[in-house]
Amino acid sequence: MLDKRVSSLSAAVAGIRDGSVVLIGGFGASGIPVELIDALIDGGARELTVVTNNAGAGHTDIAKLLASGHVRKIVCSFPRSAGSVVFEELYGAGKLELELVPQGTLSERMRAAGAGIGGFFTRTAAGTKLAEGKETRVIDGHEYVFEKPLKGDVALIKAETADRWGNLTFRMAARNFAPTMAMAADLTLVQARKIVDLGDISPEQVMTPGIFVDRVVEVQNPIHAGQKS
Amino acid sequence: MAFKPLSRDEIARRAGRDIPDGAYVNLGIGLPTLAANYVPAGREVIYHSENGILGMGPSPNAGEEDLDVINAGKQPVTLLPGASIFHHTDAFAMIRGGHIGLALLGGMQVSAGGDLANWSTGDEKFPPAVGGAMDLAAGAASVWVLMDHTTREGEPKILDSCTFPLTAAGIVDRIYTNLAVIDVADDGLIVREMVQGLEFDELQRRTGARLRLANDWRAIEV
Repeated sequence: MLDKRVSSLSAAVAGIRDGSVVLIGGFGASGIPVELIDALIDGGARELTVVTNNAGAGHTDIAKLLASGHVRKIVCSFPRSAGSVVFEELYGAGKLELELVPQGTLSERMRAAGAGIGGFFTRTAAGTKLAEGKETRVIDGHEYVFEKPLKGDVALIKAETADRWGNLTFRMAARNFAPTMAMAADLTLVQARKIVDLGDISPEQVMTPGIFVDRVVEVQNPIHAGQKS
Repeated sequence: MAFKPLSRDEIARRAGRDIPDGAYVNLGIGLPTLAANYVPAGREVIYHSENGILGMGPSPNAGEEDLDVINAGKQPVTLLPGASIFHHTDAFAMIRGGHIGLALLGGMQVSAGGDLANWSTGDEKFPPAVGGAMDLAAGAASVWVLMDHTTREGEPKILDSCTFPLTAAGIVDRIYTNLAVIDVADDGLIVREMVQGLEFDELQRRTGARLRLANDWRAIEV
């Protein structure tokens, strides 16, 4: 029997090793898997590389993870935003390495990793500072930049519904990076507001097929990042 | 003769009037977002947000915000009938694949050759942040830049070549400033419109690249 359900957040994050590359879904506050992030912090894995679009706001979820001292490097597109005080302090003090990646390239690099593609050429960033040191090629008269796949050891994903096979749906635009990250990590961990019976999610409505998912844990009333619990 | 530069709202109003019926449009954060308020009645424009929405509507009423329905600036928005939601890689395939017909972006500097600098002043004191700026600039079929004509200190923002780090090279099609509407043509910058009372020589003095005045130029109406 295929059953990806686990009964606790600590079981969901069990086995994450020091030095892991951790992909974390979310754009702004929408789609941030707050409870899984807290469990990751409690699990104590260190020297992590975190891949996520923004570098957290305030002192909760991603900001809390950065402040925990467990993160060596962050890969993201827009670290500096309203309330990104923890990131700015750590970065300013030289305690956090930053790899800045254009948002679409970030997403596409993870998709490439998930789809077994060994890299791709894109026009994004051609002729800019973010292409320095990268291979370029002129294709049909336009300059393209070579970008490598970005693979995760682990992905932390927030879903709306899941079943025991790991099929997922997402709520509104909280979907953002989740389907791509789910396919790009070796171990995809999902917190879902509701775990339903097989068949309750119509096959036509499955947004991430369960093959990309490893563990699901139910978190019935998830905290929306930045909101009080 | 005296002239009065356009306000931010007036720049947005002028640009909004040119957004065509039926277009798929991405609006940058800030000034470009205001342009949506000024699209003439009767035109149907489909707004895209890079976090994964097509068919964004206006801001919700107070108390009706959905924290999972936000725009690229993380502000709450609404979904129009016909809207769709999709994941990030698809959202950027729409941009990078040239499916978004038009992007209205803010600018720090634009060059005579259509280079855009709008993500970094190169000041290393601040951590860098790029978001989707490079994807939009390089990927959208058409790029219009909305910005003031000069900095607060009066330095030109339209230059022979940008001094700030580039967002993308050779991609700007049109510039809407508080003084003029300028097309970036293959052979240089062509002034289509100027604010009432502004002399061309005065506009040229406030610009760091050579301008040509279109034969059929007009005063900007807002």
